[in-house]
Order: sequence, then C-alpha cells, then structure tokens
Amino acid sequence: MPLLQIKDLSVTFDGDDGTVHAVNNLSLSIDKGQTLGIVGESGSGKSQTAFSIMGLLAKNGRTDGSILFDGQEILGASTKVLNTLRARRIAMIFQDPMTSLNPYMRISEQMTEVLTLHNGMSKRDALTECTRMLDAVKIPAAKERIRLYPHEFSGGMRQRVMIAMSLLCKPDLLIADEPTTALDVTVQAQIMDLLSDLQREFGMATILITHDLGVVAGFCEQVLVMYGGRVMEQAPTDPLFAQPSHPYTRGLLAAVPRVDDDDAIMKSIPGNPPNMADPPEGCPFRPRCTFAGEDCRTMPPLALFAGDRARACRRPIEELTA
Amino acid sequence: MFSYILKRIAIAIPTLLVLIVISFVLMHAAPGGPFTAERELPPEVMANLNAKYGLDDPLWKQIGTYVWNIVSAFDFGPSFVYKDRTVNEIIAQGFPITLTYGLISFVLAVLVGVTLGVAAAIRHNSMLDYIAVGMSIGAQVLPNFVMAPILVLVFTLWLGWLPGGGWQGPEYWILPVIALSTSFMASIARITRSSMLEVLTSNHIRTARAKGLPERRVILRHALKPAMLPVISYLGPAFVAMITGSVVVDIYFSTGGIGKAFVDSALNRDYAVMMGVTILVGALTIFFNLVVDILYGWIDPKIRY
Repeated sequence: MPLLQIKDLSVTFDGDDGTVHAVNNLSLSIDKGQTLGIVGESGSGKSQTAFSIMGLLAKNGRTDGSILFDGQEILGASTKVLNTLRARRIAMIFQDPMTSLNPYMRISEQMTEVLTLHNGMSKRDALTECTRMLDAVKIPAAKERIRLYPHEFSGGMRQRVMIAMSLLCKPDLLIADEPTTALDVTVQAQIMDLLSDLQREFGMATILITHDLGVVAGFCEQVLVMYGGRVMEQAPTDPLFAQPSHPYTRGLLAAVPRVDDDDAIMKSIPGNPPNMADPPEGCPFRPRCTFAGEDCRTMPPLALFAGDRARACRRPIEELTA
Repeated sequence: MFSYILKRIAIAIPTLLVLIVISFVLMHAAPGGPFTAERELPPEVMANLNAKYGLDDPLWKQIGTYVWNIVSAFDFGPSFVYKDRTVNEIIAQGFPITLTYGLISFVLAVLVGVTLGVAAAIRHNSMLDYIAVGMSIGAQVLPNFVMAPILVLVFTLWLGWLPGGGWQGPEYWILPVIALSTSFMASIARITRSSMLEVLTSNHIRTARAKGLPERRVILRHALKPAMLPVISYLGPAFVAMITGSVVVDIYFSTGGIGKAFVDSALNRDYAVMMGVTILVGALTIFFNLVVDILYGWIDPKIRY
C-alpha cells in the first residue's frame, strides 16, 4: 500500500469572477521513503495540491476525489482528525520563510509547542530536543539562538528553522512547497543539500514542489509535471530528463539557461499560462503547443508507457523528438 | 526600557508647557472674560477684580506666575467663579468620579469588544458575525446623548430598576457606564474583528495550523497578540475620549464628574478651572500614549526601546 495515494483530486475556488479550476483530476501516489518532485509554472496547481493534503485550503476552496494517507481518507476530514496527522505524520515547509514563522513568538516557543502537544514532552525536554534539531539543521550556537525571535534570523536561517520544526515529530511524509524560491542562489544550494541529507537520515517520503528543474534533478526519484491543474507527464527523474515525452516538459527543459550556450537570447515557451477561471477546452497546453491539433480539444488520458512512465499527450514520442 | 520611560517623561514636560501657553493665549484671545456679566460692572470694581486675580498683568507675566505656582506648590489657582473653591479642590472632587465610571467603562468596552470581535472573526460570515457587526454599527451611530435619555426612560421610569441620576453607590454607576462604554465597545469590536480576519490569513497562522495545533491555541497563542496591535493604538486616545466624553454622562446622570466642570468653566470663562482640566486631559493623553507604546514594545519583539 502506498503511503499517500491521491485519486482524481479536483480543487475549485468560487470567486467573484467565477469558478477557478486549480486542480483537475490529479492522481499520484508515493511510497514510504520515496521522493517525488512536482514541477510546473506558477498557477499550475502544485501548491493547492499540497494544501489539499494538509487540509489547509482557503475557505472558499472545494475539493473532490480522494486522498488516502496510510489507507485513511483525509480529504475533507475534520480539523480534529487532521490534527492527529499534521506535524506527527505529515509535515510541511512553506515557500516564504520570512513570513511563515510567527514574528511575535520566540523560536523556542514555536518549536517546543509541537513536542509538548504531540509527544506530551515536558517543556524542558522539548527544549533540549528542539536545540538538538536546530543543531541538526546546522544552525550555529543553537542553544542561544533558540531564544531569539524570527526577525533576528536571515532568510536561509529561518528556512532551516522551519525545516527543523517540521522534522521534530519524525513525520512519514514531508511536503516542501518551493522551499528555496525566496532564497539567494547560494543559500538555495545549501538548503537543498541539507534537505537531501535529512531525507536520507530520517527516511521520510518527500514531496518537493518547485518550478526549478535543477532542484528536482538533484533531489527526486520521481517527477510529476503539472500544467493547468493537470498532470502532463510522470516519470522517474533520469528518463524524464533524457527523453521528455510531453511537449510542455520539452519546453520547460529547453527554457533552462545553459552556460555553454552562445546564444544570448533566453529560450521560453511562447504564450502565457491559461486563465484557470476560463480554462481552454481539452488539453490546457494546447494554445501554446506547437504540436497541437484538432484532436487535442479533448483531454488526452494519462497513458502508461515504457513500464513506469505516464504521459497525457496524443502525439507519438518520436514525432516530438524529430 | 527604564531609560526610555524617563526620556518620555522628560519630553512630556515641554509638551505640557507648550499646551499651557497655547491654551492660555487662546483663552485670553477670546472676547469677554470671567467677570463679563449682562449687567455692566462699574469700572472701579472691574479693575479691582482684575487686580485681585492678576488679570491686569501682561499675558507673559500671567503665564509665568501660573506655571511657577504649579511647579513650586502644585497650585492651580482659585476658581474665578466659585469664590471659595480652588481648582485643585474642584478636580479632586470630580476626577475620582469620572475615573471610576471611566475605568469601568473602559475595561468593559475592551473585554466585551475584543471577545465579540474575535468571535465574529472566527465565525466569519456566520449569523454571529452579522449580529456582532450589526450591533456594532447600531451602537456606533447611536450617540450617547441619545442613549442616555433612552436608558433613563427604560430602566428608571418604566422598569424602575435603577436610579436615573446621582452618585451614591454602585447601582448609580450602571447606567453611566452603559451610556459611556457602548460606542467604544462597538469600535473595539469592529477593529478587533477586521484585524483578526487579516491576521488569520497570514502565513504564520497557516504554519501554526500545519503544526496540528488545536484551533483554540492557534487563535489565542498565535493570532490574538498581533491582532491586538491596532486595538491597542486605538485604546490610548479612546481612554482620553472617554474622560472628555463624560460631559454628556455627567449632565444626564448628575454624577458630578469632571466633564461637567469642564463645560461649565468654558461657559463661565472660569480661566483657572479651564486651564486645570486642559492640563489634566493633556497629561492623561501623554500618559496613555506612553502606555500604548510600552504595550506595543511588549507585543512586537521588533520594537525595542
């Protein structure tokens, strides 16, 4: 049984300008200890998928489908039920470390409350454990720094605190929602190295949400490419990079700037991501796709091929590479 | 922190001086005076009175004498209208009354207002929210000079439950407190509600929820403190507004508070009482602004003095 199994997840938001279809019929599964990358542009539904797992969608969000965690249905579960899983079994780190910590509480308070609440630890034991965890994420002088407030830390250090806080209860699943997007490039690499080490050490399954293909290549075993709230392609990391099977993935890979490329012009995918309040008919990538035809006006199914890969495109792979 | 408070007190002294000078000049610039009556006084009598109260001195000398008396003897002078009473006596008699129902109103307005605001924010767009918002608006558009006679009508004349005026014991406090606190309660409820709603959408609240904290703890430990910041900055001026706004209460309920003395002194040109009350309100304003700033520093760790 997979640790997490999402089936036909749809997320919609009722707003003033109509209904936004953020996620459409998304299915994925992840086993214990596995690493999965979810890649896509802004607005492709990556974060909303993560929030659905945590039960943290905005109030006007509506969901459909099923999310099984360890065999238990958690989509639409009550806060009470979710609170038995949050932090203890599923933890999350967020995109913006500058605002994700409570600016009005000491780091020590914010961290220890997780342990005193979930593990029934005494305050003093919790403090020792939290300090140990800050050491583990390589925060120097953790014993003194744990007494500080978030604004006394840099962005990278705050993200380390977030990571330490998320791992306190040794969760089975860690969801990292663009953990390095708000950070400097050099700090990004440090944080990814740290996450990589910790993932190996603690052995938790990890979903890494990012738009940075480089980050995915170094971290994930499996990759899921999302566009317009749908899965375009799913594959183990190496074959996906070697032979992308979807026009969108190809476009993404081609857009990664290369140092050895003499051409000064950055490559991009022409056009803009779809407006999800009024999504295009059929395949959401159709308006930007150079291979699109009339048959793309209906959404192609996510079809398995080559044993462990899946793609949602009607064009034969040979045609794309030609 | 201690040195900061000392510094603020040091700044308060010149502030009060400026307040004294401006009020003094404005007061004297207005036509008429304490001894202007419908029946013209003989010039000799007028001159005698002016000499007795020092009103024939040049203005700068009057201000100098006034300030010197306060600094050297804490003496705010004799009332110009009530011959046998000093300003100190008038304030000592009225201010404790105002402070009593003012403080009770203040505490009540904060407790009820914050509770109502938080409850409305948590149950956003529910019946409770609509009722709370509706009541707040109702209480805010109903001025206390309308509220006071209605209260007297209902609770004193119709039901006969409570005394409609006077100041002889706690049962006399109830109607003045309701009349004074309602609109402040409503404002506090509205400010709390909107600031709580904003805080609840912030990223660190999402983190708190992701940590599996019970909603009660999310609200009380994580959201309440930042949500209180705009409320606190409202409270300083609100407390002073309550003291000065007690005029209506004093008049309707004959409580004998300082508000009545303030209005009477202005109407009678009782220069000394007017100055005394103005300085009192000024000092209170400075004091409560200091309290607000200290509270701010206590809540927000980014503010350090």
